[in-house]
Amino acid sequence: MSTATVDIHAHDSPIPGVERTNYLNVDHSVKSWLLTFDHKRIAILYLISITLMFFVGGLFAVLMRVHLIEPQGFLVAPENYNKLFTMHGVIMVFFFLVPSIPATLGNFLVPMMIGARDLAFPKLNLMSWYIYIIGAAFTLYSVISGGVDTGWTFYTPYSSSFAHTQVVPTAIGVFITGFSSILTGLNFIVTIHKMRAPGLTWFRLPLFIWAMYATSVIFILGTPVIAVTMFLLGCERLLHIGIFDPAIGGDPILFQHLFWFYSHPAVYIMILPGMGVMSELVTAFSRKRIFGYTFVAFSSLAIAVISFLVWGHHMFVTGQSVYAGLIFSVLSFLVAIPSAIKVFNWTATLYKGSISYEAPMLYALGFIGLFTMGGLTGLFLASLATDVHLNGTYFIVAHFHYIMVGGAVMAYLGGIHFWWPKITGRLYPDAWARFAALVIFVGFNLTFFPQFVLGYLGMPRRYAVYPGEFQTLNVMSSAGASILGVGYLIPLIYLIWSFKYGPPASSNPWGAKGLEWTTASPPPTENFTTIPVVTEQAYDYAQTTGKGGH
Amino acid sequence: MMGIVQTGLQHLAAATLWFPLKPEAASSIAENVDRLYYFLTALTLFFTVLIFGTIFVFMIKYRRRTPDEIPPDTVTYMPLELAWTIIPTLICVVIFVWASWLYVRNSVPPAASTEMFVVGKQWMWHIQHPEGVREINELHVPVNTPVKLTMTSEDVIHDFYIPVFRVKHDVTPGRYSSIWFEATEKGTFHLFCAQYCGTDHSEMIGWVYVMAPQEYAAWLASSAGTPSMAQDGQRLFNQLGCASCHSSDNTGRGPSLNGIYGTEQRMISGDLKLVDETFIRQSIVNPHSVALPNYPPIMPTFQGQVSEEQVLQLIAYVKSLAGEERTSNAK
Repeated sequence: MSTATVDIHAHDSPIPGVERTNYLNVDHSVKSWLLTFDHKRIAILYLISITLMFFVGGLFAVLMRVHLIEPQGFLVAPENYNKLFTMHGVIMVFFFLVPSIPATLGNFLVPMMIGARDLAFPKLNLMSWYIYIIGAAFTLYSVISGGVDTGWTFYTPYSSSFAHTQVVPTAIGVFITGFSSILTGLNFIVTIHKMRAPGLTWFRLPLFIWAMYATSVIFILGTPVIAVTMFLLGCERLLHIGIFDPAIGGDPILFQHLFWFYSHPAVYIMILPGMGVMSELVTAFSRKRIFGYTFVAFSSLAIAVISFLVWGHHMFVTGQSVYAGLIFSVLSFLVAIPSAIKVFNWTATLYKGSISYEAPMLYALGFIGLFTMGGLTGLFLASLATDVHLNGTYFIVAHFHYIMVGGAVMAYLGGIHFWWPKITGRLYPDAWARFAALVIFVGFNLTFFPQFVLGYLGMPRRYAVYPGEFQTLNVMSSAGASILGVGYLIPLIYLIWSFKYGPPASSNPWGAKGLEWTTASPPPTENFTTIPVVTEQAYDYAQTTGKGGH
Repeated sequence: MMGIVQTGLQHLAAATLWFPLKPEAASSIAENVDRLYYFLTALTLFFTVLIFGTIFVFMIKYRRRTPDEIPPDTVTYMPLELAWTIIPTLICVVIFVWASWLYVRNSVPPAASTEMFVVGKQWMWHIQHPEGVREINELHVPVNTPVKLTMTSEDVIHDFYIPVFRVKHDVTPGRYSSIWFEATEKGTFHLFCAQYCGTDHSEMIGWVYVMAPQEYAAWLASSAGTPSMAQDGQRLFNQLGCASCHSSDNTGRGPSLNGIYGTEQRMISGDLKLVDETFIRQSIVNPHSVALPNYPPIMPTFQGQVSEEQVLQLIAYVKSLAGEERTSNAK
């Protein structure tokens, strides 16, 4: 048996003055962490790993923004600038955003929210983390051994036949880490189907679970395609098998079809979990049942399905036929509708609520605003005529950062703050947390709003040097990035501080609904002493007194 | 409302800001694209203000007053749910139709377009006019004249982008793509590569000079004596020994090329294929893929021996071979 196996009755009879046994203090050895099958501990392993990757990717972003203060480039030579934006993209997309919420909050919360003792396949869960680490090691190796300069999109034939940088180790890293996503998705789907507590019917599930389910479907269906794509890229680069390079009989556009067939759904891998977190935060801090539960739940599934049919909108200017363009355009508009429905439902949930403004709620409100802007600017890119002008410019950069950073990262931080007391059993200083949320919101907008204007003015993305007339907006953006960078460091500091010095948290400090709040903070290894029986709908705040623990 | 926003934005852009809000509109389609852009901007502002405003009002009006306050239960109101499903859908339909109409209308160049040829290579733009004049990272065009660019790449994917014209298209190795525009303003404008193509991607930029037609004619005339693209092509045709098989009297081992451009040819597979630029390029770099049934497939590939610019010159030459009226084997 593993070292993670514990006496599950240890905390049932607490002796006064002796600390209750929980999943954190049950065993302090390094081995007990590295060989744990406990979904909560694995969530912590992921949390540490992706936080590290986030700050590595963030460092590259800061260097880029410093470089762009001067039109002729302030910091590095063009080839190094190209490596900065490539490694920023690869690390942030594949090693932070994709695993962010599913692998940390999802891992921690899916069993807790459905009243289970663990995920269906605890060993696979641990394996997924090791796979992630191996993938990350390959990618970090490529960074240290000279970096890669293809852009995170790896477009061929540049990546396969022309680039002189570490394409293959990076591609191997992306290839490997995909399997960790597949295993996580598989684990979640089986767990949600088979391990719900008695009485927890599908339509009583928290919406976070619906979002995780939809995300898992994309993990399983989409991720193999990026793996195949990276494999083919490696074959062409190493063995010169003509797949993508027309000089040896390949088709470079084929790569883009394969790449975006995964990478557009991947955008929803990154945002759907954030939407799930949002539904939890908005209800908890307004003490209201969600407005339109079924609409919000099914919009997640609708997004998961339609997201597989819109990849061609990345290729309106590659030379695909006018008819293909029209079809991908109309489907891209269609995928916007479920997102709009969610935004309206969250807003309506606040109506006649009892709204409080602790830090997680500030992140949630920030999410709604920034995601709304990110979504609406997506319409500019689904529209064929405007996309022709905007594609490949800073407008694209601004748009997807509003979704990925303004949306996904805000939701991630909101979720981390919301469940931090549950995860660690400690409270963080809320004033600092609110201050950080505000700094991040301001810094974010100052960084990325000017990029919309830059894009419409025609400044292409991925430019190491640029014409002087774009300088003012670039300097504004760089100034914003410095604020944003500080904004991200503040939570890192006080969250680490609170882990050791924060006041102990009660089992339900927010007065929130949901099974995870019915057990101790931090939870015992087996999550619940007795498996709960569910008799009410999700977010049923109106029935009982909201405040206080159990 | 759109009009007001448009006027407002134009005033803002005209004011002495640190930076403009939009690029100059210097082509026949630019203002149409801008109008759609203004509409989308207004829509974005409207919904952002609506959502933020509503949240702000709710934040104040429904703030928690006592720690154990329990608000009334949520009542899901189906008509509202349907309204905010259907109204955004209708708005999307309007935008889709508008944007697609513009795009489709602009997708086919006018028949009378002046043709020019673009080859992208790391990291410069090579341009040749049919008259034979060549430029690097510069493009001279006459104002108020439709211009069609046929483009390909020597190496990786590039993207030909002229912001003031609101046109952009990928320039892909192994195939031809085209864009067209009709410049409406004289002046000097940016030309960018908008698809990341390696180390000096950001230096793969140039200038478009839009000139009055007579100025353009004078500019072309200043390089009088330059052989035309077709003449360049003819010279290559002879140098490479193409004429030994593709003789004009149809006695060689390969088909005569007189008048073949624009015809449809029956392939070995039985399919009909139009002999266009792409077909001729294929015949040169990968001849077996477009071999005709009545000729032995003995032509060697010229891939690597001719540059993309030379292929374009050969195509110009083949196109110039009007010859006798040719009977197609397409029946």
